[in-house]
Amino acid sequence: MEHIRTPKVENVRLVDRVSSKKAVLGTLYLTATHIIFVENASDTRKETWILHSQISTIEKQATTATGCPLLVRCKNFQIVQLVIPQERDCHDVYVSLIRLARPVKYEELYCFSFNPKLDKEEREQGWRLIDLGEEYKRMGLPNSCWQLSDVNRDYRVCDSYPSELYVPKSATAHIIVGSSKFRSRRRFPALSYYYKANHASICRSSQPLSGFSARCLEDEQMLQAIRKANPGSDFIYVVDTRPKLNAMANRAAGKGYENEDNYSNIKFQFIGIENIHVMRNSLQKMLEVCELKSPSMSEFLWGLENSGWLRHIKAIMDAGIFLAKAVSEEGVSVLVHCSDGWDRTAQVCSVASLLLDPYYRTLKGFMILIEKDWISFGHKFNHRYGNLDADPKEISPVVDQFIECVWQLMEQFPCAFEFNERFLIHIQHHIYSCQFGNFLGNSQKERQELKVQERTYSLWAHLWKNRADYLNPLFRADHSQTQGTLPLPTTPCNFLYKFWSGMYNRFEKGMQPRQSVTDHLMAVKEETQQLEEELEILEERLEKIQKVQLNRTKVKSKPSEPSRHSGFSTSDNSTANTPQDYSGNARSFPSRSPSQGDEDSALILTQDNLKISDPDLSGNSDQESGVEDLSCRSPSGGERASEDSSKDRDSDEAVFLTA
Amino acid sequence: MEFAELIKTPRVDNVVLHRPFYPAVEGTLCLTGHHLILSSRQDNTEELWLLHSNIDAIDKRFVGSLGTIIIKCKDFRIIQLDIPGMEECLNIASSIEALSTLDSITLMYPFFYRPMFEVVEDGWHSFLPEQEFELYSSATSEWRLSYINKEFAVCLSYPPIVIVPNSIDDEAVRKVATFRHGGRFPVLSYYHKKNGMVIMRSGQPLTGTNGRRCKEDEKLINATLRAGKRGYIIDTRSLNVAQQARAKGGGFEQEAHYPQWRRIHKSIERYHILQESLIKLVEACNDQTHSMDRWLSKLETSNWLTHIKEILTTACLAAQCIDREAASVLIHGTEGTDSTLQVTSLAQIILEPRSRTIHGFEALIEREWLQVRKAGHPFQQRCAQSAYCNSKQKWESPVFLLFLDCVWQILRQFPCSFEFNEHFLITLFEHVYASQFGTFLGNNESERCKLKLQQKTMSLWSWVNQPSELSKFTNPLFEANNFVIWPSVAPQSLQLWEGIFLRWNRSSKYLDEAYEEMVNIIEYNKELQAKSI
Repeated sequence: MEHIRTPKVENVRLVDRVSSKKAVLGTLYLTATHIIFVENASDTRKETWILHSQISTIEKQATTATGCPLLVRCKNFQIVQLVIPQERDCHDVYVSLIRLARPVKYEELYCFSFNPKLDKEEREQGWRLIDLGEEYKRMGLPNSCWQLSDVNRDYRVCDSYPSELYVPKSATAHIIVGSSKFRSRRRFPALSYYYKANHASICRSSQPLSGFSARCLEDEQMLQAIRKANPGSDFIYVVDTRPKLNAMANRAAGKGYENEDNYSNIKFQFIGIENIHVMRNSLQKMLEVCELKSPSMSEFLWGLENSGWLRHIKAIMDAGIFLAKAVSEEGVSVLVHCSDGWDRTAQVCSVASLLLDPYYRTLKGFMILIEKDWISFGHKFNHRYGNLDADPKEISPVVDQFIECVWQLMEQFPCAFEFNERFLIHIQHHIYSCQFGNFLGNSQKERQELKVQERTYSLWAHLWKNRADYLNPLFRADHSQTQGTLPLPTTPCNFLYKFWSGMYNRFEKGMQPRQSVTDHLMAVKEETQQLEEELEILEERLEKIQKVQLNRTKVKSKPSEPSRHSGFSTSDNSTANTPQDYSGNARSFPSRSPSQGDEDSALILTQDNLKISDPDLSGNSDQESGVEDLSCRSPSGGERASEDSSKDRDSDEAVFLTA
Repeated sequence: MEFAELIKTPRVDNVVLHRPFYPAVEGTLCLTGHHLILSSRQDNTEELWLLHSNIDAIDKRFVGSLGTIIIKCKDFRIIQLDIPGMEECLNIASSIEALSTLDSITLMYPFFYRPMFEVVEDGWHSFLPEQEFELYSSATSEWRLSYINKEFAVCLSYPPIVIVPNSIDDEAVRKVATFRHGGRFPVLSYYHKKNGMVIMRSGQPLTGTNGRRCKEDEKLINATLRAGKRGYIIDTRSLNVAQQARAKGGGFEQEAHYPQWRRIHKSIERYHILQESLIKLVEACNDQTHSMDRWLSKLETSNWLTHIKEILTTACLAAQCIDREAASVLIHGTEGTDSTLQVTSLAQIILEPRSRTIHGFEALIEREWLQVRKAGHPFQQRCAQSAYCNSKQKWESPVFLLFLDCVWQILRQFPCSFEFNEHFLITLFEHVYASQFGTFLGNNESERCKLKLQQKTMSLWSWVNQPSELSKFTNPLFEANNFVIWPSVAPQSLQLWEGIFLRWNRSSKYLDEAYEEMVNIIEYNKELQAKSI
């Protein structure tokens, strides 16, 4: 709390980013964990909550007649503009937030103060929901070729790896340790996924320390052991996910890639995925495009292309497809690495697993996939997502890209996933929120030292509890799309990859489809289930009646339940929304007449759920257009009323300006 | 003329057909007067039936004596036929070329088509102007039917019956017609029952360089305003273009003469600019070699989505004037036959729930684009060729496709508010370019009358509105929504219409399965509901 200079500022305006004319007046609170904005409007008192850990940048803009604007950009792509009347207050808020957004100790993070009021037993149960040991058993391990190795017990060999790992049976401790010494940060080849059907596997590691000529017998034996663990094939692919040039440059630093001459029976392959710095810049460029105020179509498409974002997504997908094909179609095992083997390698291994195994396309399976390829294998969550104040050059949207790859696949295979888009969005949110302990630190070792399981709660249990919100109604366990490997495209199709406005513009509700097919269908299914139950009861009753009638007793059958209103309250009829700025001018088109209401807030579904479970998530997101309505309709404050009328005059001009 | 004269080789054996996402098929190729047919003569294999009028362009090439014809269709599909024998191949190619570019409309398939279904409801009589007018006359007495255009005496491209303000007599209307491009005087397009505001449409006023005015024109459109109220004139051309039009005798309404009206200029592109945009877009979609970046850049250079955004924005603006500003709107461009129709019809989709139903949408197309009452998108001219043509005629233009695309964009944003589905829009697109039905033949009502389409051809609606067909076009998610729906026109909200443009370039299997799954979920629910009542 010592960092909060001003805990409360009144008469702050929250500016609508889409039409800057519209703003709501309210009070700003700073707490140890959140920025909270509470609207003055008496009937709603709508609250906007922003977690400090979500804050990406804070920008103080030039003071204007109305006050001091503060622009807060969040890691979950929310952008909030506040106008604070007094320069001094604004400065205080600014300085406080700068500090609050950059905690220096883990203990400052939200997860250590977040208390969902669960008892110890429930918390522990939550952490037991996802069990990697069980997962390897599900894959069919251990077996005659693969075994669980304790070589990394107490993180003796590699401190960023998990303590329990699967390796080929023929790889002795000597070979593993020897190989680890020849790999960056001692991240030796270990199993990521085992494909039961044909014994092919995906293994992962970091780059070899080969320089220009170095070699290591144990490392060569290690790769040999991986090959032997797949009796069906006489070679393995070694996939370096970096662009060739980057890999070559690493040789000068004593690192590099495998020389095919030194390893017997490998086929070496580069797949050019760019490094974290390129990805960080690419996202930055794309977000700039998303942030443009009423961009033209050309500006948007040109900016999107220029950001290169979708090209990078495609590169990751292509790599995942390559792996999945090698394993499922050729029956060849693959060893994947990049530089350290914790970014691109994690992306590619998890995309490949997802393509190969329908289990990972279920709710629980997807949690396990993230636990397996990201959390346990030491993806540096703390560094990549800037949870603690650290080197900004370490920050990069690596897992965001993976999550987007999943969404792109969901768009192409709408029946293949048990979960829906919302599930992905909430996972992305919580990777940054630090509300749960799952993504704390940079490795399993660090999390153990932090006693994460004793002191924080697990996101997976929270998501699992609310799983009804995350289901894809089109998913059916016996549907052909949910069986086996996803059909992998044979020709590269660029147009398959689309801009994900549901993620990057997710707080601009006006840009999203106004009716959700998913929620509509979920409501239908829910009703269907109720009907099924009712019918069952009725049938039982009918049977009884028939029996009774047989007994020649006259009983009048009870009329059935009144027929249900066929509308599904979640989505129907609540489509009234407010028109946007169609006048092609920065100034908004006047809208004088009363709007039809705020029904559209009901449309931005699931907000009720969010309010209960994730107050931070609902934030400013709902009722956006409702807010717009209020601002021009409610006579709250004479000042606004007069402003409104002047706005109308203005806007008439605006109409003419275009003339 | 006999078709036989054009068909030098009616039949070739051992022809191999290549289509995207299907295995090659070997079979016998037959040419008839209107169809190209390939039959493998095996059971259970699909045959290819292609209307000659669907063929946009063909390429031929030879390797030895094996000829190959590449057929590019107006629905953007590309198929390949390998024909053994150089002479046969040349004959087939020249026949296809001749048969796909017949000059005379009366030789086209709709004049020969004999329906295999029983006509329950004749589509030619489904949307009579009197009936449509009744929908309004129950709500207002400010408008009347006028028979002034009987025999097309006043305006060739208007139908015989039009709706004009009650207070304006036919004599005045006649004078107004001389002041508007093509005689297209302002007529009622849409009446907003909620507040009595209207959308009118017309041709541009013929002010010329010396600022000619027409008192009757001013009186006519002022008659639609309530006391003390103002209206908006939306000119679909930029101010610059509208000013240039004065040199050719056209122009726009001067503020001085129309003080109660505010004029807004938007710039919706027309004619060959749209056609070139379509050609570039389809080229980009068919090019599978380029990298991710070039795909987006090609999509951008085609400008197709820019046109979509511009048209939708203008329609939203018109709807906003009506519903939010409570102001009537007059919409025109130059002729009032293209961008004007896009805007008036999309505004109605936004404002009026009825036009989001299947029957209502058909009525809208009839009213705004075809014969009844308003009349006159020159379909024959605009849709003679499609994306693969190289004739580059000024009047060829995918105006109607852009309209359908805009409807799809709104449908995507409001997936539960439309009674029809995407398949319905795609089907309409197909029939506009090549059809067995007469609905989209001819350029305007008077031409359509001369062709005796009603007597000699079948209406598309007669087929569509059969219960068995309707079910295919019905959106299972539909729930009547009586609100105005405001679509987003932000670039992030607009997408390439994959169902049209990527239809032949990617497998739709998984999307089709998803649709089926959706139908099943809803059907099963309905079944249970029926049981439990």
